[in-house]
Amino acid sequence: MTFAWFLVRRVLSGIVVLWAVASGTFFLFFARPVQTVAHQLAGRTATPEVIQSVINQLGLNQPIMTQYWHFLGRLLHGNLGYSFFTQQSVNTMIGQDLPPTASLVAGGVILWLIAGLGVGILSATRARSLFDRASTVLVLIGLSMPVFVVGELLIVAVFVPLNQHGFTWIQTQYAGPSQGLGVWTGHMLLPWISLAVVQAAVYTRLMRGQLLTTLGEDYIRTARSKGLSERRVIFRHGVRAALTPVVSQLGIDIGQLLGGVVVIEVVFGLQGLGQVAVAAIYQDDLPVIIGFVLVAAAFVVVANIIVDLVYTLLDPRVRIT
Amino acid sequence: MSIADLERQAQQAENAPVRAIEGRSQWWLTRQRLRRDKVAMISLAVIIIMVLLAIFAPAFAALVHHPANTAYPIAGENSAGQPVGPGTNGFWLGTDDTGRDLMVRVFYGARISLFVGIVTTALATVAGVAIGLTAGYFGGITDTILARLTDAVLAFPFVVLALALAVVFGPSLTIVIAVISFFAWAGIARIVRGQTLSLKEKEYIEAARSIGAGPFRIMFIDILPNLLAPVLVIATLYIPNAVIFEATLSFLGLGIQPPTASWGNMLSAAQPFYQTAWWFVVFPSLALLITTLAFNLLGDGIRDAMDPTTERLLAARRRKRSRGALFRPRNDDPDLIIAGDAK
Repeated sequence: MTFAWFLVRRVLSGIVVLWAVASGTFFLFFARPVQTVAHQLAGRTATPEVIQSVINQLGLNQPIMTQYWHFLGRLLHGNLGYSFFTQQSVNTMIGQDLPPTASLVAGGVILWLIAGLGVGILSATRARSLFDRASTVLVLIGLSMPVFVVGELLIVAVFVPLNQHGFTWIQTQYAGPSQGLGVWTGHMLLPWISLAVVQAAVYTRLMRGQLLTTLGEDYIRTARSKGLSERRVIFRHGVRAALTPVVSQLGIDIGQLLGGVVVIEVVFGLQGLGQVAVAAIYQDDLPVIIGFVLVAAAFVVVANIIVDLVYTLLDPRVRIT
Repeated sequence: MSIADLERQAQQAENAPVRAIEGRSQWWLTRQRLRRDKVAMISLAVIIIMVLLAIFAPAFAALVHHPANTAYPIAGENSAGQPVGPGTNGFWLGTDDTGRDLMVRVFYGARISLFVGIVTTALATVAGVAIGLTAGYFGGITDTILARLTDAVLAFPFVVLALALAVVFGPSLTIVIAVISFFAWAGIARIVRGQTLSLKEKEYIEAARSIGAGPFRIMFIDILPNLLAPVLVIATLYIPNAVIFEATLSFLGLGIQPPTASWGNMLSAAQPFYQTAWWFVVFPSLALLITTLAFNLLGDGIRDAMDPTTERLLAARRRKRSRGALFRPRNDDPDLIIAGDAK
């Protein structure tokens, strides 16, 4: 009962957030004069009549509030509108561009969590060992590198030399899993690593710090004195308690993850949602931009609900209310 | 001992140079600890060198006779129109896509990066401290509204919105600074709020209130000084983030516009040259990495130096290690003295 109620409330508040984001983006882009949009569409040499007809066609001559109600009504029917430039349905565009982005996020997140938490746990249990010191240095470098620098350096140092020596498995651009899992992995490997390196650094550091604090607690000593195996002490008693702040950090970082996704798509030419959105931003293609922002916001909202659920599973003291 | 002896002794004592009893403030102790931290000192030196390079970038340009935005199609490009490598034709780090001097442009990029990093951090710190203090001190509905706002800013996919803002208002240095500051204050505000919440329950705040101090006096004169240490640490650690953020925006073409040199837009221009001109990618990346790494290391150093608990841990560890050498005189160990005084 409480669980269902929690879910309903979170979904409702998520919808409110989505509405706020959509409206915010909508009005933000109307801060620009309509003329510039039409100008870009019609070309620099267009006559005033042509520009006016373009404005009329796009419905940009109506009062803003009318356009806004129209926009909201369409949104309620699940229709994100049509691109100003290609007249393509935004729903179709997002459907087409989703696979590269989804592959990137899925693989990147898995790699990121395995690397971040794994290295964090290892260095906390071997505090001040050579491994710990090496990982601390690597974490600092990871923290100091922008995503696109990681990506570019990977291209210069891995992709270019390998391909020059005839080893062509690792590629840039995107190839779907339909062309074979090996091909897909080869194309996605460098983007995954770039995404994981930068994100994992924060988590390694957080996990290490939390686990070190937790392992100093009295109940860990009790667990050890009961004669539990070291593995059980660390994973059952240590990691589980140490994970709570890590998970709450996760909720904050998901928004940042999306920024990283946009940049990586541009660097590796993946032609995913992010790259299309950046192109749309350059062109003032309002419906495409709003579509992308809404998908991104929906992703953040859903991910945050999942994070909250995991949180309650990890720490029974946190109750869903 | 005669009276004359006593008088002489008294005279000597009076004439002896007065040894001042030095107060050891928290800041003094922090500085001492920081000075002993080699990594932090090296980072500080690197930062100072970077700042000097940035300030004297025009002087370097004059030294090698290559202004930052001048292309050298003949000397700076080979016969195929490609950039030339480091050390060729007097270009120490090679040239970029249009045959401009890469070294001079990297130094000019430092101007933008450091300026944006420091200015945005300063703006965000002022805003974050003001909002965090207000929310934490007044509580109630003020706190609810401000805390919700902070959470909203923290949770938003900010690169996406930053892109949108940069496009709507047209990319420029001012917009870059505004956008980064807009997203940076929230983290600082959250921490300041938390600290204020616990500080305002302290007895000395109640004492201040009981002698009639107003809310603003309490906030800025009684609470704020106790927040300076954590705020300084967050601010130092935020500078590299701001530098990265600026580079990312410029890389996507929405920050600093060419021909003005910024590490981000240089790396963006370098994209088609991965195969042919490694220096074009490597040197701006390296400059960016060195700068952000130095700020991160310095921030970590300051945090460790300010936190007496880490010092106590270190001292405890040292004690444990030296347990083998029995009765080793330890009062000459400055760490222990400082750890004791800090309490």
